[in-house]
Parts: sequence; C-alpha cells; structure tokens
Amino acid sequence: MSASFSRAWLLDETPASRSQAAWGRRYRAWLDLRSNPLAMIGLVVVVAFVLLSLAAPLLATHDPGVQDLTNRLAKPSAAHWFGTDELGRDIYSRILYGGRVTLGMVIAVVVLVAPLGLAVGCVAGYAGGTVDRILMRVTDVFLAFPRLILALAFVAALKPGVESAVLAIALTAWPPYARLARAETMTVRNSDFVAACRLTGAPAGRIVLRHIAPLCVPSLIVRITLDMSSIIITAASLGFLGMGAQPPSPEWGAMIATAKRFIFEQWWVPTIPGLAIFMASLAFNFLGDGLRDVLDPKQR
Amino acid sequence: MIEVEQLRVRFGDNEVVKGVSLNVPAGGSFGIVGESGSGKSTVLRALSGLNGAWTGRIAIDGESVGPRRDKAFFRKVQMVFQDPYGSLHPRQTIDRILSEPLLVHGMDNIERRIETVLAEVALPNAVRFRYPHQLSGGQRQRVAIARALIAEPEVLLLDEPTSALDVSVQAEILNLLADLRERRNLTYILVSHNLAVVSHLCPTVGVMLGGQMVEVISAEDLRAGKTQHPHTSELRALSVDLEEPA
Repeated sequence: MSASFSRAWLLDETPASRSQAAWGRRYRAWLDLRSNPLAMIGLVVVVAFVLLSLAAPLLATHDPGVQDLTNRLAKPSAAHWFGTDELGRDIYSRILYGGRVTLGMVIAVVVLVAPLGLAVGCVAGYAGGTVDRILMRVTDVFLAFPRLILALAFVAALKPGVESAVLAIALTAWPPYARLARAETMTVRNSDFVAACRLTGAPAGRIVLRHIAPLCVPSLIVRITLDMSSIIITAASLGFLGMGAQPPSPEWGAMIATAKRFIFEQWWVPTIPGLAIFMASLAFNFLGDGLRDVLDPKQR
Repeated sequence: MIEVEQLRVRFGDNEVVKGVSLNVPAGGSFGIVGESGSGKSTVLRALSGLNGAWTGRIAIDGESVGPRRDKAFFRKVQMVFQDPYGSLHPRQTIDRILSEPLLVHGMDNIERRIETVLAEVALPNAVRFRYPHQLSGGQRQRVAIARALIAEPEVLLLDEPTSALDVSVQAEILNLLADLRERRNLTYILVSHNLAVVSHLCPTVGVMLGGQMVEVISAEDLRAGKTQHPHTSELRALSVDLEEPA
C-alpha cells in the first residue's frame, strides 16, 4: 500500500480502505490549504520563524547576551545586520534567540489554554443545569479580573520567570475559549445527530469528546490565532514589569519595552522586534483563517 | 414486544401525552398518525429513551424500562429521525457514522458489517468515505436507516422517516423499510401525519388527537372508510382529497 502512495491513489473517489480515505482526506485538505495564498504565506512565515528560532545558535552572528558599550545603538551594518541596542548587543542575534522565548511562550500558552477552554465549555454546554452554572460562574470570576492584574498577582506569588508568565497568561486566557466552546456546544446539543449518538448508548463523555468537541475546534482555532498577538503583548507587558522573561534573556516584547525611548533617534532598535511580533501575529492570523476553511468540510 | 400503558408526558405545566396505551407484537408494525402537536413524536421519544420525563409503564420484550436505559436497551431499540439533514453528524464520514454504534457496543467485524449494511440499504460502497453533505436526501435517510440497523436491533422507531423527502424517494424508502422488516423480522412503530404512508407500512394504525389515542383501527378498515372517531374520518377525508385533487 505504501508503495502506491501516488496522487491517483490519494485522490481516488472510491477509496478501498479506511487508511486510504484518511490519507486522501489529508491530501485534499493540503491541496485546499495550498490553494489559499494568504494561508500559505502564513504557513511559510510561521514555519520560517520557528525554524530560525530553533537554528538560532547556528545562525546568530553574536552572543545575544554580550554587551559592547562602546558600540551602543549602532546603525544596521555588515557587522550588526539589524544594529545594536542600548547595551551594544546585536539585535539580529537577539531576535533569533528571542523567537525561542516568545514563540515558545505563545505555543505553551496555547497548548495549555485550548484544551482547558474546550473541555470546560463543552462539558458545561452539554451537561447544562447545575454543572453548567458552576462552571460558567467560575469562568465569570476569571473573566471579571483584569487580565494583566491577575497575571501580575499570580507571577508575584510564584517566582518571576518565563514559566510563571506562561502559567499566569494561561490562567487568564482560557475563559473566552470556554465561552466560545459552550456557545458552539449549545447550538448542537439538541440536534438530531447528538440524539442519535445518545441512542447508540454512548456515554456522555464519549459524545462530548468524539462528537461535540470536534465541532467546536474550527472556531476555537480561529479565535486562538487571532489572540496570538495579544498573548505576545501580554507576555511583553509582564516582561516590561519585570515579571516575565528575566534580563538578559531576549524576549521580543521586553526588547520593545526597553527600547521604546529610542524610537525617534534610533528607530531600528524598537522597530525590529516590533516587526517580528507583527509578522508573527499576522502569519498566525492568516494561517488560522486558512485552517478554519480547510477544517470545515461543509465549506468546501 | 412493545407494551405501553397509560403513558403520560408533560413539558412543564403542559401535559402533551395524556395516557396513551398501545401494544405491538414481535414482528408487528404499528402506525401512529395525528396532526402536528398531537403528541405522536413525543410518544416515540419517550419510548426511545430520549425524553425521560414520563409516567406510566413501558415494556420492551416483557421487561419494564425506566427513564434511563442501559446499553442492552439501545442494542434492541433504535430510531430513525425525520430529518436526514440533521440526524447525521456533519463532520463525520459515513464510515465513521456507521462504525460508531459498533464501537460503543464493542462489536467485532466492523469492516464486514459496514459493507453488509450498506448493501442492505442499497447504497453503493462509494459513499462509504463521503460526508453527509455530499449525499442526496434519500441517500442520507438510507444511511440513517443503516446506522439504526447496524447494531442489529429488534425494534425500529420511525419518526416521520419520509416526510423530509421527495415523493418519488419516499416510495423507495418505504419499500426499503418494508423489505427490511420482512428480512430481519423487525418490529416497527411508525409515526407520520401522512395516512397513506402509515397504512402502506402498518396493518394497525392508532390515531392521536390532543395527546390521546382516540382510535386504533386496522389499515383495511381505514382504507374502506370504516372509521369510528370523527377525527379519523377527518384525517382520512383530508388525505383522500390530497391524493385525488378534484
């Protein structure tokens, strides 16, 4: 079977086996994604950023922590491609290493937040009644706190650092996803196909996990990709307040925060990490929008 | 096979089913007709276990059942819904939809069973890995019937299985249901507002009005016009008018 992993085999209208159908479906999804130029731009940029961050030690021209006070705030040049910051550190190398911190934080937050919000929302929406009321009031409590203040309190209680920042952001970021998942669940929970699932004798957990949660995922993905930029900014704010990534660890948000007073005289110092955040956020948005279209077979 | 005594269902203060009793022998087929809101679908949902807020007695195969049903019950009793557009999961392939009951009941030979049941409802194997939205209405209703049949139930509850379909497709589905009943010795309860559909499939018909079963009549008597209750006569006159427009 693996020998015949051809285009014709993948696009066969009448697949002979379950695995052929599954691979065919994946291939069609890929073709769909590929036909969407914006999504492809997003995918390429995201993959490029991740690869660049992973390969930072190979690509960096300088040590991101080494200071050179005689050469501070230098213009972009052959030696320092993006110039140097207020302590004479090479911005290009710091952007590369900073990608590890910033993208790592964003990805960690998403990995923590998405399943939590999805689980809370789907369970609340499907169970209804008391369970719904309790879970939603808990969600409201978290929504009621200003995001940054709660994160600050949380980080202050733990020790400042990237891990605490991730936990704090995750703790404050899940309620909107729970709300969204609950709303989606409410629209399908009384539908006939869910009734039909119940009539197979499936337990509630199976219905939520295998039949309802997958329907909530596309809108959740779009919402998360739209939130990526705000997660980056929250991480940066925490860093700026000394509660996030600790200096000298390079983090895009913290780099802007410390360099913003140079924006008029040495514009490249805050602009370059800003561009990095902007491009990453935009790429995530494009990719998320494209993924939504691909993930929903009814839109084809 | 199915015994219902004094079934009452209320939604809040509103009693929708007011003491319905019926009895269907194994291999039998019972039709329920009535206008919209007469409580006929509610009877079926209480029978299937989808609605737990009822009083009275329901017994399947001599065993009384409560508001909560166990897996063995769902092996025995299955339901086909009215709207084939809404009763199939929009993001699952036919293969996945059909394998779900088998997985829940821990049945073996999933591949072979799916192939068999698809053949039984006269669907080509090509639809197996399609999504519901890629099929026609009649094909979807065949899939819904296949899903109901795949765990080999003894009772099939049919909630207006043809009313969302084209007239020509309706006849196909009705013939399929008649064939399947004969082949598998199934027991049917069919709910419809269409007298022609009910009398085609069911030798005995119950007429519901305002939550009560006002008359139980044989299909022959119904066709011959030997009705007892004025509402039955009314429904009959209406369906004759519709079939033979003057």
